Amino acid sequence: MNQIRQADFGTPAARGEATVTVTIDGMAIDVPAGTSVMRAASLLDRPIPKLCATDSLQAFGSCRLCLVEIDGVKGTPASCTTPVTDGMVVRTETDRLRKLRRGVMELYISDHPLDCLTCSDNGDCELQDMAGAVGLREVRYGMEGANHFDAESREPVDASNPYFQFDPSKCIVCSRCVHACDEVQGTFALTVEGRGFGSKISAGTFADDFFASECVSCGACVAACPTATLQETAVVEKGVPSRVVETTCAYCGVGCSFQAELRGNDVVRMTPSKSGGANEGHSCVKGRFAFGYATHPDRVLKPMIRERTTDPWREVTWDEAIAHTARRLRELQDTHGRDAIGAVTSSRCTNEEVYVIQKMVRAAFGNNNVDTCARVCHSPTGYGLKTTFGTSAGTQDFKSVEKADVILVIGANPTDGHPVFASRMKRRLREGAKLIVVDPRRIDLVRTPHIEAAHHIPLTPGTNVAVMNAFAHVVVTEGLVDEAFVAERCEDESFARWRDFAALPENAPETLAEAIGVDAGTLRAAARLFARAGNAAIYYGLGVTEHSQGSTMVMAMANLAMATGNIGREGVGVNPLRGQNNVQGSCDMGSFPHELPGYRHVSDTNVRAAFDADWGVTVPDEPGLRIPNMLAESVSGRFRGLLIQGEDLAQSDPNTQHVTNALSQLDFLVVQDLFLNETAAYAHVFLPGTSFLEKDGTFTNAERRLNRVRPVMTEKTGLSEWETIARISDAMGYPMSYASAADIMDEVARLTPTFAGVSHARLDHEGSMQWPVTDAAPTGTPVMHVEGFVRGRGQFMVTRYVPTDERANRRFPLLLTTGRILSQYNVGAQTRRTENVRWHDEDVLEVHPHDAEVRGIRTGQRVSLTSRKGGTTLTAVVTDRVPQGVVYTTFHHPDSGANVVTTEYSDWATNCPEYKVTAVEITPANEPARWQEEWQTTRATRYDIRVPAE
Amino acid sequence: MAEADLVRMANQIADFFAAYPDDEAAAMVADHIMKFWAPPMRQDLAAMLAAGRGDDLSPLARRAAERVVAAASGAA
Repeated sequence: MNQIRQADFGTPAARGEATVTVTIDGMAIDVPAGTSVMRAASLLDRPIPKLCATDSLQAFGSCRLCLVEIDGVKGTPASCTTPVTDGMVVRTETDRLRKLRRGVMELYISDHPLDCLTCSDNGDCELQDMAGAVGLREVRYGMEGANHFDAESREPVDASNPYFQFDPSKCIVCSRCVHACDEVQGTFALTVEGRGFGSKISAGTFADDFFASECVSCGACVAACPTATLQETAVVEKGVPSRVVETTCAYCGVGCSFQAELRGNDVVRMTPSKSGGANEGHSCVKGRFAFGYATHPDRVLKPMIRERTTDPWREVTWDEAIAHTARRLRELQDTHGRDAIGAVTSSRCTNEEVYVIQKMVRAAFGNNNVDTCARVCHSPTGYGLKTTFGTSAGTQDFKSVEKADVILVIGANPTDGHPVFASRMKRRLREGAKLIVVDPRRIDLVRTPHIEAAHHIPLTPGTNVAVMNAFAHVVVTEGLVDEAFVAERCEDESFARWRDFAALPENAPETLAEAIGVDAGTLRAAARLFARAGNAAIYYGLGVTEHSQGSTMVMAMANLAMATGNIGREGVGVNPLRGQNNVQGSCDMGSFPHELPGYRHVSDTNVRAAFDADWGVTVPDEPGLRIPNMLAESVSGRFRGLLIQGEDLAQSDPNTQHVTNALSQLDFLVVQDLFLNETAAYAHVFLPGTSFLEKDGTFTNAERRLNRVRPVMTEKTGLSEWETIARISDAMGYPMSYASAADIMDEVARLTPTFAGVSHARLDHEGSMQWPVTDAAPTGTPVMHVEGFVRGRGQFMVTRYVPTDERANRRFPLLLTTGRILSQYNVGAQTRRTENVRWHDEDVLEVHPHDAEVRGIRTGQRVSLTSRKGGTTLTAVVTDRVPQGVVYTTFHHPDSGANVVTTEYSDWATNCPEYKVTAVEITPANEPARWQEEWQTTRATRYDIRVPAE
Repeated sequence: MAEADLVRMANQIADFFAAYPDDEAAAMVADHIMKFWAPPMRQDLAAMLAAGRGDDLSPLARRAAERVVAAASGAA
């Protein structure tokens, strides 16, 4: 048996609380009612041979290999589909069973090539293992009859997918892959085509191959396949892995746990961990397959410096780069004042790396000019949830969705942005939960196999708050408030004020319908469905936060959840779907300019005193500059030096011309990243960063789960990020003496009450934990606000709808909104350097057929996209997926320049940019935009690396 | 920072808190600015008022800005 294969108990765990006692091969065991005989036997270390069963799937009793004998039961039932009963007596190994199993295996093997020695799955093949387990020694039928593997009859290997291949000649048609696609992923891309001996697995009748099919390359079928039929291409090329390191994905905020499986120092494949709390054995095309960027030749592995941004880069030693960086930063402070410099942390970095940066800023720089890339995504979540509930975090664990009766998805596209959670959500929807989608676009979730939203509210971009206020009006005026919950858990005064506000005629669906662009009846029906659900849960993304009223909207959702009593238990809650893997963590670690770790304001004397005492400095008591403020202050000349770790402001931040102008004005810019990104064009020092496969630390996902990130390979750069920052801090006169990343987390725990019980040692021994981890909750907190809100009583906020200043007009009559796609990730720095580009090699502009027709635009045509801020050109795709008057694009490719057109408008409370609403016009184009030509020049002139003399 | 940016941001904050009773709202806007705006931004706001500019500030934003200035003077 392969030693790296994860334990497989054959069927999923039963959830019943009652237990029954069963005796298997003379040994008694107590198991939850509903447990299969197969699972109970496996728990007793009496594994029963199996082929079609695996514990990620419901048993379907197809292969007939797992037969057992049960006292008082006729025949030999399949152990996978037979639940245990109290007092049941089972035998798993008898002469009769052995004979039956061999007979079954003979039939399978008679149509399977006997090429084990040259098979890519040799040593990792369940069919091979089972043949051994049942003692198969001969195939009486011979191998010469009709089959699917000899030269005349075998079908060609389908190698269309870049990451795995499908070899039909090795398929035993066990159907695990079909069930995995249906149950685990929920895409229903695979089927069994034909009948009897002619049965074969197909990626869809109308598809030529896997790549052209509906398959989303999540890898669930590959993980489920018991043979080499569905096999990772890397295993075919490199061989079966020989060792495993458990770590955490570096992509979205789901934070999936993976086994990095290696041969020597080469990562052969990433296999999702069944024990991963966030993903429970599932994965997506990014996490499972798109890790090749970590070893891409574009990576810069040595520090580089240059005097002017027009100079070529010069490779230097770490010592020189660190000394130079420290000296230049200090010189700027000496010349322009303490507040003239700052730093930006990244949600792609670990908690420990982020913590050290904010400490360097506060202790070595002596100011609070530290901000995080969460500024441009979920900062309104921080403000809104802290104001209403008392802490800046989602309320639930992902598993909670399994108890939801109504799911309200607002401004999120989970099947593309958070696909592993989407699969979990879709499973619950197939079980019967109702779905409400609030999104201008008809996202996949609105109608997907076996799922159809009860209500889709295709609102006009920028009217989220109006929708929530309409919901609130219905709840308040139709007697749908959970009065008992509100009376027990919420503030009387703020509730009364909110109730009066919500009841105003200005908030009636009939009043707001025109602005929203959706009829009042739909709004009322959706609000009633939510309020009467039983368990109603809200899941939201950047379509909520990236608006001028982003924070208002977060508070409006919190109001709705409180008013309807949907907080503080499983199946409910207000749940931000975080964009990057460590958005939650980077915010937790104090990288906002107004907050110390644990979301405590810098003006809090007691909090500051604790940090002053521990760090031996005086932490400033005034808030520092946010990223947009830093850029504005750079333009005005007061802000002169910036260190950016793992964030590409020049591509990801709005109003590109303003951003690049501000970066150009800096006297000194340090960029630490894997690649020479867009921002690096304006940098004076480049510090090479490490990939997630080289990091040691923790990520905190959207459910507040701290997962360990373990080094799979040594740093290719020779220095970790936290060591780099610590050494810069040392060189600036504030020594940091950590021996390891674990030391840093110990300091976090010492100074941050919600992390008091967290340590690397505990995470290594006990597994992931969800903060708060305290004496009161020593193993963590899956669901928050169970007994009461963190702030005491929940606070309702009045959330008046204020239309954004960014409005369509005669010159710019359309509204642009942006999002992301399944195969790509944010600015694409990682995924563009993998085979994922085969699914998405350019950003396109979706245009409604009416808007396209009146402008003479067809699919495939290049169009000019212009706003009052700038213009770019993109390829048009005409589709009614977007409503009339709205166009949509992604921002994964830098040459697309999606942010060339976005504006300076931002959320009122947090300055989170309003990416989701830009007034634009589109026209047919026959040449690139001026910005795109300038970008080409920048690419050609700002990235030269001088080769050192021999 | 550019005064147009300061005015826009202050007005946006005021737009949110305008739903609250007037005195309360002015205090809330001022409190927000003091908690989240870095000192140089607040100093620019004060300088704008001192110079008699800021006509585009909404009445609520202006009252809040005056509170911010007064608080800074008090602190000084």
